[in-house]
Amino acid sequence: MRRLLNMLLLVATLSLSGCGYNQFQSLDEEAKANWSEVLNQYQRRADLVPNLVSTVKGYASHEEKVLTEVTAARAKVGSMQVTPELLNDPDAFAKFQAAQGQLTSALSRLMVVSENYPNLKADASFRDLQAQLEGTENRVTVARNRYIESVKQYNVAVRSFPNNLTAMMFGYQPKPSFTVENEKAISTAPKVDFGDGK
Amino acid sequence: MAVRWKSLLLAGCLLLGIATGQAADGLVQIPPLQSAVTDLTQTLSAEEQTALNQKLSQFSQQAGSQVAVLLLPSTQPEDIAQFSIRLAEAWKIGRAKEDDGLIIIVAKNDRKMRIEVGYGLEGAIPDAIAKRIISEQIAPAFKQGQFYQGLNLATDSLIKLIQGEQLPAPTKQSRQAHADDWMSMLPILMFAAIIGGAILKGMLGDFPGSLVTGGLLGGLAGWLGATALIMGLIGLAAFVFTLAMGGRGGGSYGAYPGGFGGYSGGSRGPDIFSGGGGGFGGGGASGDW
Repeated sequence: MRRLLNMLLLVATLSLSGCGYNQFQSLDEEAKANWSEVLNQYQRRADLVPNLVSTVKGYASHEEKVLTEVTAARAKVGSMQVTPELLNDPDAFAKFQAAQGQLTSALSRLMVVSENYPNLKADASFRDLQAQLEGTENRVTVARNRYIESVKQYNVAVRSFPNNLTAMMFGYQPKPSFTVENEKAISTAPKVDFGDGK
Repeated sequence: MAVRWKSLLLAGCLLLGIATGQAADGLVQIPPLQSAVTDLTQTLSAEEQTALNQKLSQFSQQAGSQVAVLLLPSTQPEDIAQFSIRLAEAWKIGRAKEDDGLIIIVAKNDRKMRIEVGYGLEGAIPDAIAKRIISEQIAPAFKQGQFYQGLNLATDSLIKLIQGEQLPAPTKQSRQAHADDWMSMLPILMFAAIIGGAILKGMLGDFPGSLVTGGLLGGLAGWLGATALIMGLIGLAAFVFTLAMGGRGGGSYGAYPGGFGGYSGGSRGPDIFSGGGGGFGGGGASGDW
């Protein structure tokens, strides 16, 4: 009897790890960790915005349109409830991504506009902020790529046979990932106008 | 027969894996990391390269933190930041726990450069400072074609910044480090005792075979850095164990032709520059000249 029980326990353990349950755990954790890093870097970017806006305002106050765009996008990002559950809700994820994408394009427009102000470009604190923004955007890219990579691994594990049976049993859903189509629709390239009007 | 089929399949998969790994994805290949300074553009003279190399490897020995320099013709089609993070992930400059690595990348034909800063150094070298070093020290020198001067200046100031950061001292290459080495090798030693013991017993007979196994295992432990006492204990244990082990192994173990020959324990020579497992998250700054 005792031996039978032991055998059953062994079989259960082996089949669980064989059917990917343990794999889900580690891949799920990794995806979550990478997701936190994405959020972390987005937060860092959002924190840079107020300083950046006030510095640019000092030199280019009449670029009101771009400045308000950035501020509005920043406010929208800040108002979003970012919880870990976001990952399991494709709709909320898409919204989050859209908001961050808007901030990305607004910030890049602001940087394009600032090229027109030599005094602004020469300002030391603006240059530092610009370097910080560049660095943060790069970190966002890296963090997103790592998240995409880990989600890919997780999704492959969850979807392939026989793991998908285990996943169904324990409720492991495929995770949403960043998509390029989405991104393109949001970030319409800044218009380059060589005309005389401003 | 079945074993042969399996190993054939395995070999096939391995070959295929290597082939696809090398398949051209159009990206610039990551050069192997051999020394602190890698110049694929023949920009630096031999003396300049040695001087820079010496400075950087000396620094990494003193501080534990690592700084590497790469000059290459181009990173196209990738952006320098994309290439640079790929490089950083491959080279793993810096120590694993401290993540205190730093790489300077110069894409000469693109006229682009980047300072890639490891996680642990992001406090000592914020993006803005990295950017200033690029635009105030490297770019002006590069504009005049003075590549060595630019890199020399930049590495000086970067080293100074890193030294301002409180980082743990480098671990000494002493007994202590080795003691951990052989401890972690214990399972492999046991495995080696089982297989080697069986083979030797088959070849030499029970008692001489066990004796030789014990001697070899003790020697191996000593080579891995165990003290004389532990060497003796391991040797004795292996001897008793092998002698007690039932039956002659004989030919049945012939299928494992010295599988552990490839392991080179603790070969961390001071002149070989290799990454320590440092992590990067895209920090740093890019610039051009």
